[in-house]
Amino acid sequence: MKRVLTVLLVMLLALALTVGCGGQQTPAPSGEEGETIKVGFVYIGPPGDGGYTYAHDQGRLYLEKELGDKVQTIYKESVPEDQESEKVMRDMIDQGCKIIFATSFGYMDYVEKVAKEFPDVAFMHCSGYKLGPNYGNYFGRIEEPRYLSGIVAGLKTETNVIGYVAAFNIPEVVRGINAFTLGVRSVNPDAVVKVKWTNTWYDPTKEKNAAIALLDEGADIIAQHQDTAGPQVAAQERGAFSVGYNSDMSAMAPKAYMTAPVWNWGPYYVEQVKAVMDGTWKPEAYWGGMKDGIVELAPLTENAPEGAQEAVDEVKAKILSGEFNVFAGPIKDQSGEVKVPEGSIVSDEEQLAMDWFVEGVIGEIEK
Amino acid sequence: MDGVLTVAFLKAAIIAGTPLLFATVGEIITEKVGNLNLGVEGMMLMGAVIGFQVAHVTSNPLLALIAAALAGAIGALIFAFLTVSLRANQVVTGLALTIFGTGFSSFMGKGLVGIKLSDEFSASFTSIKIPGLGDIPVIGEILFNHDILVYLGYLTAILIGLYMYNTRKGLNLRAVGENPAAADAASVRITAYKYGHILLGGALCGLGGAYLSLVQVPVWQENITAGRGWIAVALVIFAAWNPYKALIGSYFFGGLDIIGFRLQGTGIQISQYFVDMLPYLMTIFVLVIVSLKKDRKNAPPKALSEPYFREER
Repeated sequence: MKRVLTVLLVMLLALALTVGCGGQQTPAPSGEEGETIKVGFVYIGPPGDGGYTYAHDQGRLYLEKELGDKVQTIYKESVPEDQESEKVMRDMIDQGCKIIFATSFGYMDYVEKVAKEFPDVAFMHCSGYKLGPNYGNYFGRIEEPRYLSGIVAGLKTETNVIGYVAAFNIPEVVRGINAFTLGVRSVNPDAVVKVKWTNTWYDPTKEKNAAIALLDEGADIIAQHQDTAGPQVAAQERGAFSVGYNSDMSAMAPKAYMTAPVWNWGPYYVEQVKAVMDGTWKPEAYWGGMKDGIVELAPLTENAPEGAQEAVDEVKAKILSGEFNVFAGPIKDQSGEVKVPEGSIVSDEEQLAMDWFVEGVIGEIEK
Repeated sequence: MDGVLTVAFLKAAIIAGTPLLFATVGEIITEKVGNLNLGVEGMMLMGAVIGFQVAHVTSNPLLALIAAALAGAIGALIFAFLTVSLRANQVVTGLALTIFGTGFSSFMGKGLVGIKLSDEFSASFTSIKIPGLGDIPVIGEILFNHDILVYLGYLTAILIGLYMYNTRKGLNLRAVGENPAAADAASVRITAYKYGHILLGGALCGLGGAYLSLVQVPVWQENITAGRGWIAVALVIFAAWNPYKALIGSYFFGGLDIIGFRLQGTGIQISQYFVDMLPYLMTIFVLVIVSLKKDRKNAPPKALSEPYFREER
């Protein structure tokens, strides 16, 4: 009897912990019922990753700050990209959410399914491509600030080998590597970008070890498409320099970090929530760039080379005015053949399916 | 890979294997005393966050390491109380401990996210070349030019090995894990042995976690272990519950953890997914071999995961 009771107690404890640690709710702001709109955020990682989810959470906090007591937000962290996400969204709607932001690619089909069941709830899905009467998608052209960060790295490198710690070989990451490499070679045609795949978004030690491998092979700058600061730490330890991602990483590697392409979701979230409140919201496929303010290049630190600020500012002005496109030809592929002829631009559809490297990238895309 | 890169790879493998070594040796002691603690991941995370917290506040490496070991031991104490005193199911308790430890570290680490430990703190963990041994070509560079915790790892595995196989207490410890009734009859204090060694095992797991958060990536990020606790559980089987074999196994698994990107770009095409599978594949392979050979020496402790009731005979 005693034993059965203990087992039961342990199981209850485990259950309480799972439930207790999972959902988190911000306190309800004071305000009249009906005036407050409730917004739910579904996160792929913990807001404490200091990277991707952190950036989304900063957007959520910005939304709360801007709209004050007119908005109430709830979020659920580390939601897997499977049926669990469907349950989480239903739960949020049960709690009164009228707007759902699902912030990772894998939630796409579940968003569509739940959206069809709740036509009066507005759904916005990050990085997907599905569009319906009450669900849209949104993402940003992070390639633009990535190109600019490439300029900084290209000017800084002395060994002309730049290491790039990459997550998965999907078009989003490939696009980033290409944009970065084009930026590097626009100022330093002799430099190459060496790519190592980790097949992780979030494993600080593994990603650090990938950077160490690149440094051992002669890289003196480390760039990354990962959600942790592991690679930055590796660069600092070896006295090399680094380009971050997602958010300002200067605190994590003050002696190495030069700049980072970063997300700025806040203004977009405010705009969308306001539109829903005004009744003017329409689902769309949003793919904003630097001119929309959704992506940016973090301020250059003192580690950045001389002249980098000027070089970056010049191209940035052209991007903002629409004069310059990162994927405008001529662009050569790895074998040196012209892939994009002069005068043409890689279309959005082709960018979303990009599976080839530009000239100057050392690495393979496993197919 | 040429010679220089191979040496660099092997050196990096030792570093990658060190957190695994601490956790594996800790789990070996725990299992040798007859308790299967699946809370390794949780205890590592508890050690990682408390060690980091103390390091951040005091900048004292010794205090940070002691705090990390204590945090792991406290996790183990919960496990010991439930499984030894209350005789709860060990698997369920261990899993609950992992969930608890993960939540605990995220909770404690809320205010630490993105904070980097001071440079003077990290300076205590720079590589120290051992005079003499460190000058041996190749081997010296790979084995004897590391930070102090790597050496502590060597020492721990060897000392625990000596303790287990060459002392009276070690014999008693193994007896408790094999046949607690017999050990009890020989007036070995079962409960004390179980508590003591489970706590020691937890402390080592805490140190393994601290190696990740204090030395490898001294910037706090949630879930810094990313599943290494489970690798350690597999390693215990791989090492056949032997601390000396754990020494080799940990560095081998550490090497497997990082070999993927070392091979990329050398022309050798191996899918990263296959490489990620290898540690578990190896463990299954070893399990099959051991089961086929029916070798008593490599078998798990006989009373593993069985609660001991003195009256029940």
